[in-house]
Amino acid sequence: MNATLAILSRELRLALRSGGGAGLGLAFFLMVVMLIPFGVGPVPHLLAQIAPGTLWIAALLACLLSLDRLFQADFEDGTLDILALSPMPLEGLVAIKAFAHWLTTGLPLVIAAPILGITLNLADSAYWWLVISLAVGTPALSFLGAIGAALTVGIRRGGLLLSLLVLPLYIPTLIFGARCVTSASEGMDVMPAFQLLAGVTLFTLALTPIAAAAALRMHMR
Amino acid sequence: MSIWEFANPVRFMRLTGKVLPWITALAIGCLAVGLIWGFFFTPEAENFGSTVKIIYIHVPAATLAINAWGLMFVASLIWLIRRHHVSALVARAAAPVGMTLTLVALITGATWGQPMWGTYWEWDPRLTSFLVLLIFYLGYMALWEAIDEPDKAADLTSVLAMVGTVFAVISRYAVNFWNQGLHQGASLSLDKEEHVSDVYYVPLLLTLAGFFFLFLALVLLRTGTEIRARRIKALQLQEVN
Repeated sequence: MNATLAILSRELRLALRSGGGAGLGLAFFLMVVMLIPFGVGPVPHLLAQIAPGTLWIAALLACLLSLDRLFQADFEDGTLDILALSPMPLEGLVAIKAFAHWLTTGLPLVIAAPILGITLNLADSAYWWLVISLAVGTPALSFLGAIGAALTVGIRRGGLLLSLLVLPLYIPTLIFGARCVTSASEGMDVMPAFQLLAGVTLFTLALTPIAAAAALRMHMR
Repeated sequence: MSIWEFANPVRFMRLTGKVLPWITALAIGCLAVGLIWGFFFTPEAENFGSTVKIIYIHVPAATLAINAWGLMFVASLIWLIRRHHVSALVARAAAPVGMTLTLVALITGATWGQPMWGTYWEWDPRLTSFLVLLIFYLGYMALWEAIDEPDKAADLTSVLAMVGTVFAVISRYAVNFWNQGLHQGASLSLDKEEHVSDVYYVPLLLTLAGFFFLFLALVLLRTGTEIRARRIKALQLQEVN
């Protein structure tokens, strides 16, 4: 337990101090949402219609942006080798790192999303479900991203490859998450989409650390 | 005598050298007979006209595009468990072939969709899943290209094949949830009710067999090429030292 907390606090300190780039994801999220009205025009009912999907896609891209840093620095300076030698299983380490990634990129998005929902004229009934679906769905984005980050850790200029590998994995989460918010804004039953979203998240939380840790071991062999 | 003996590259090359001409001949034969029969000697369907004949390319390409990924999954699993190099090379060799078949299925589907549905593209679950499959193929191939060490590349792409398989299946059902489709039901199925009508059935089976043998021949050929390329590399390294 001590080791878990120690690694978690290390990750958070590294992310929050200067150069950690924790705020960048949030800034990127704001930018993407701000650009949408420039692209599609300032038509309130049109914006209201695309608001759920836009917010979800912006959150997904913001999450992707900071993924390549997840293991890269630790891999390059040898920290990862030392952590791998410690008694903590590599799977646990991956889970902690992915969780820290969610705390520093996913959670701020969850908090900022309702404010941006106002600018996109999101339907009143959808705010709660926007927050809930993002809170439940974004951990899956961080954990799935850990697989991509682990696969591309030793590759120079792996950023673009990382997005090619990770984005298709985000499709189920995006579909169910955006559908939650759309259903809520149209006054339909939200539960089917929400339960599937939660199912995908629980599935990824349970299994992605294993795949990501396997990929990291292959890199360190 | 077990199947694992062919994990030895030399045995593998000897066997494929012998069977490859036969498989190629079968592919050409089945495709020639099936396509000529299908294109010129089957009637036009009532409401589809001559466009129905695109089925002879579209259905086999789509079937094999999915099964090629299945082959990659199994070959990757064998590599992870038993570490036979030939297995990893088969997975690598199948990817571009599978990707091409996916593209063929998408393009023939679009050409058929324009006169029939009035649109080249529709965000239908089957079409969307194929687009997703195409992206999975591209990612898999890109990862192979990105890593220099062959064994590490085989390891990592195998993990990607495992993860990709799971998520390709989840995505397939997720898109069903997301949109109801225009696409026709299954053309071939064990359930007789769903079949295409009998006149199209036999030529379709022939082209399916033709595509299968073509796929097999291409994968074996590409695997052999890769084995030879590695041998050349090893010989060059010996000369340098």
